[in-house]
Amino acid sequence: MDTTRLEFLRGTLDVLVLKALVWGPLHGYAVTSLIRQHSDDALLVEEGTLYPALWRLEGKGLLESEWGLSENNRKAKFYRLTPEGRRQLRNEVKAWEAYAAAVAKVLGATQPPRAEEIA
Amino acid sequence: MNSIPMWRRYARFFGADPVADVKDELRFHLDAKTDDLISQGWDPKEARREAERQFGDVKAVQKIGTQMGRHMEQRKRLSEYGRDVRQDLHYTFRTLFRDPAFAVVSILILTLAIGANIAVFSVVNTLLLRPLPFPNSQELVWIAPPPNSCGLSCATYSADAYEEFRDQSRVYEGVTGYEAFTTPDNLRLTGRGEPQPATSIEVVGNFFQVLGVRPIMGRLFTPEESRGPHPVALLTDAYWRRQFHSDREIVGKAVELSGVPVTVVGVLPPSFDFGAVFSPGAKTDLFVPLDLDQERNYGNIVTLIARLKPGVTVAQALDDANRVAPDIYFNTKYPETLGRYKGNLIPVTLKDYVTGKLRRSLIALWAAVGAILLIAGVNLSNLLLARAAARAKEFAVRGALGASRGRIVRQLLMESLLLSAIGGLLGLGLAFTVIRWLAHQGSVALPLLSSLRIDSQAVGWTILVAVFTAMVFGLLPGLRIASGNLNDVLKDSGAGAGLGRKHERLRSVLVISEVALACMLLVSAGLLMRSFLKVLDVDLGFQPDRAASINVEYDDSAPNRDASVAKRTAIFRQVIERVSSLPGVEAAGIADYLPLGPNREWDTPVPQGKTFAPGELPDPLVYVITPGFIRAMGIHLHGRDFTWADGPNSEKVVLINASAARAYWPGEDAVGKILTRDKEEDHVVGVVDDVREESVEATTAAQIYYPAMQQGPNSAQLVVRSQVPPVTLGASILRVLRELNPNQPASEFRPIRAIVDRSVSPRRFFMFLVAAFAGLGLLLAALGIYGVISYSVTQKTQEIGVRMALGASAGRVQRDVTVSTLRLAAAGIAAGTVASLASVRLLASLLFSTSPWDGATYLAVLVLLLMVALLAGYLPARRASNIQPMVALRNQ
Repeated sequence: MDTTRLEFLRGTLDVLVLKALVWGPLHGYAVTSLIRQHSDDALLVEEGTLYPALWRLEGKGLLESEWGLSENNRKAKFYRLTPEGRRQLRNEVKAWEAYAAAVAKVLGATQPPRAEEIA
Repeated sequence: MNSIPMWRRYARFFGADPVADVKDELRFHLDAKTDDLISQGWDPKEARREAERQFGDVKAVQKIGTQMGRHMEQRKRLSEYGRDVRQDLHYTFRTLFRDPAFAVVSILILTLAIGANIAVFSVVNTLLLRPLPFPNSQELVWIAPPPNSCGLSCATYSADAYEEFRDQSRVYEGVTGYEAFTTPDNLRLTGRGEPQPATSIEVVGNFFQVLGVRPIMGRLFTPEESRGPHPVALLTDAYWRRQFHSDREIVGKAVELSGVPVTVVGVLPPSFDFGAVFSPGAKTDLFVPLDLDQERNYGNIVTLIARLKPGVTVAQALDDANRVAPDIYFNTKYPETLGRYKGNLIPVTLKDYVTGKLRRSLIALWAAVGAILLIAGVNLSNLLLARAAARAKEFAVRGALGASRGRIVRQLLMESLLLSAIGGLLGLGLAFTVIRWLAHQGSVALPLLSSLRIDSQAVGWTILVAVFTAMVFGLLPGLRIASGNLNDVLKDSGAGAGLGRKHERLRSVLVISEVALACMLLVSAGLLMRSFLKVLDVDLGFQPDRAASINVEYDDSAPNRDASVAKRTAIFRQVIERVSSLPGVEAAGIADYLPLGPNREWDTPVPQGKTFAPGELPDPLVYVITPGFIRAMGIHLHGRDFTWADGPNSEKVVLINASAARAYWPGEDAVGKILTRDKEEDHVVGVVDDVREESVEATTAAQIYYPAMQQGPNSAQLVVRSQVPPVTLGASILRVLRELNPNQPASEFRPIRAIVDRSVSPRRFFMFLVAAFAGLGLLLAALGIYGVISYSVTQKTQEIGVRMALGASAGRVQRDVTVSTLRLAAAGIAAGTVASLASVRLLASLLFSTSPWDGATYLAVLVLLLMVALLAGYLPARRASNIQPMVALRNQ
């Protein structure tokens, strides 16, 4: 498979996991699939790090889990956002957008700033 | 997500299992991934391997997961528990508010019991458990002969003996001592307006160094300062504040003590309270160095205190003392005095010396207060049970709705814990007040009293006591309730059937044990009270009432002994004559030592013409008195008193007490006989009653009185017997003394009764406390009886109604209730009496001429308890007899 692997920035995985669960409860495998599909296969979640992230978020009270049955009737653990998790997601998205916009501005600059502005 | 089949719900029936959870979760992931790969066309076997490869280190993730899972499980359980506790607490507050009478009564009971426990614990802690207020105080020892009957003179050592002992002993870091024969207000502070009385103690130069006391200002004495006269003084912190207004520049200044200028070299720290340790209740103002050279010929005057070298035991110190004792001179100038201290140098820890005698009293007190806690706990238990019985339905309903037994027990425990906590807090406040008050009781001659305080240990004890009470006495009703059968309670519509009876039996047992404990307390208090009355009844040998004394300052300095005697005689005579002429004065006289205070002995007089084996003759205590003293003290006399005619040149005369007369001339009249001391012949002109010299309770040994006209007194205590109250008389006496001697300080005119009271104050203190606890116990027991009887009357309202409808009279009903009250009381008294008889031997050493099996006391306790029980049962009995049969039956 020829995919550009994008390194995750620290904390990015958490916000992606929260986002993935916005539409309803999912099990861990579904979370990886969903992130991959939504990023058009650009983001590949390392499976070994996904689960600790899920558990950590659950420990923080941002997610809660429940055992259920998967599409093909296997026992699976489903995660769902708590109200707290939803709030957290909103904040993180805002922060992320502000950050991305700022970075984009810097990277998109076409001329050097005027001298008196640096000083 | 599909719904879960029924059986899945039981997958974690035995509680959460983080390990299995993580495994299951990861296995599902790999399965799902494998399926996907297969559907993408992978070979099934290869697919599985590829899935695992993509995942990475499954084992490591699994381990992380397990750990996190366990952690979360714990947190969850804790937070659930916290939620439950909060709920219980909330509920408890609500139920207690709904029944304020119950809450107030139980909190009151607990406050009293816990408060008493903390207060007594603080006293015990200060006097017994805590070390003395000196650094490494366990190294300090007090060295004295075994207890004997010749008073302080036999408990002290001569200046030579002190030095010999200090130099020859090998086990001490330092040996020191102080002059034991100081009377209060022995000095006067002059040169600063009206002369003020002051009490100074003469100490050996290294006294404070050995104790480890550091000055807050200036320096301590040096060992050299107890050789030869050195006019220096150390002030106590209190005296410095009071008399010198905390003058920061005091060090180096000269003050005038009894007309002699003395330099203040330092101020001692407030934590050092000489009186609290060495002479309970006495105040000390300043310290001056003891001049050993000057005291060399005065006999036994120094107490010995020493600090052991690290690691040396008291037993080793005793061996060492026994080794050096034969080589110690009483007076190095007289070789025949060698070895007089054999067997008389016994080191005990200073702590033992100070508080050892109190140990038993304190333990008894502790036991009494423990009994109070038990009674209070039983009472609380009883109240909780009564309430629980009334709430049986509530619990049954809660049980039926799914509350576990544990939850209900926890709810009840929460109630008792909350009550205990409130009671403990209030009790701490109560104890704080009591302790504050006690610490300022200067009139109680108990050591270390002034250092009483509520410290962290006392608070710790409070928590322990409160939690213990809550646990034990809250758990009992809790278990009782929880063991009930839900169905029975729910079915049972009327009050009183089923559970009620069972409860009643348990409550009866509780009340009986309460009464038994109260009975034991009352017996102890009764015996102590009887002892105290016996002590008050002791024939002191003098009449303390209507007599009072004041320290008289006089100056008999003269070029030679004869002139000095003449001068002193003239002063004394003038004082006595002037005071005697005051209106209302019946008799007046002077002695150098008063009874129940310090005392001394000189030597061993021998009855003329008789031979005694060595050691057979007593060393009598010596008092130097003037004519009139015997009458002023109200001492019974056979023969004649001294007269002013018994001068230095006339025949030498003495008075002896009855014990001495018996020892010298058994079966004969001592009046007219002669005692010899060296070459001196003393004519016995009278025999007086034995006067209690050291304490009211100790018996009296031989005593001898010399006239102040023939022997030198150490001080002058004027005793005046009068109809006029001391407060009014004191002023005119002081005026007379001032007229005769402008240097007379404003000393206190102290009723002799106060001296006696002070001597019996420790006994009074303990008796009072034990009696207070017994009273409290009685009250609690009465409350317990009332509770049970009252409750059973309520339960039996219908039964009584039926009986009355069938013709039972009100009197009959009342009698029945009374009989059941008496049955409870009788069982309790019987148990209590048996327990008392068995355990009272422990109290025997605290009693004074009272048998621990004193019938009168037991009888009085029996009657008292029965009366109180009757009283407690009377109200419910009245209520029972007032039941209207029709109303009772209709209310069914």
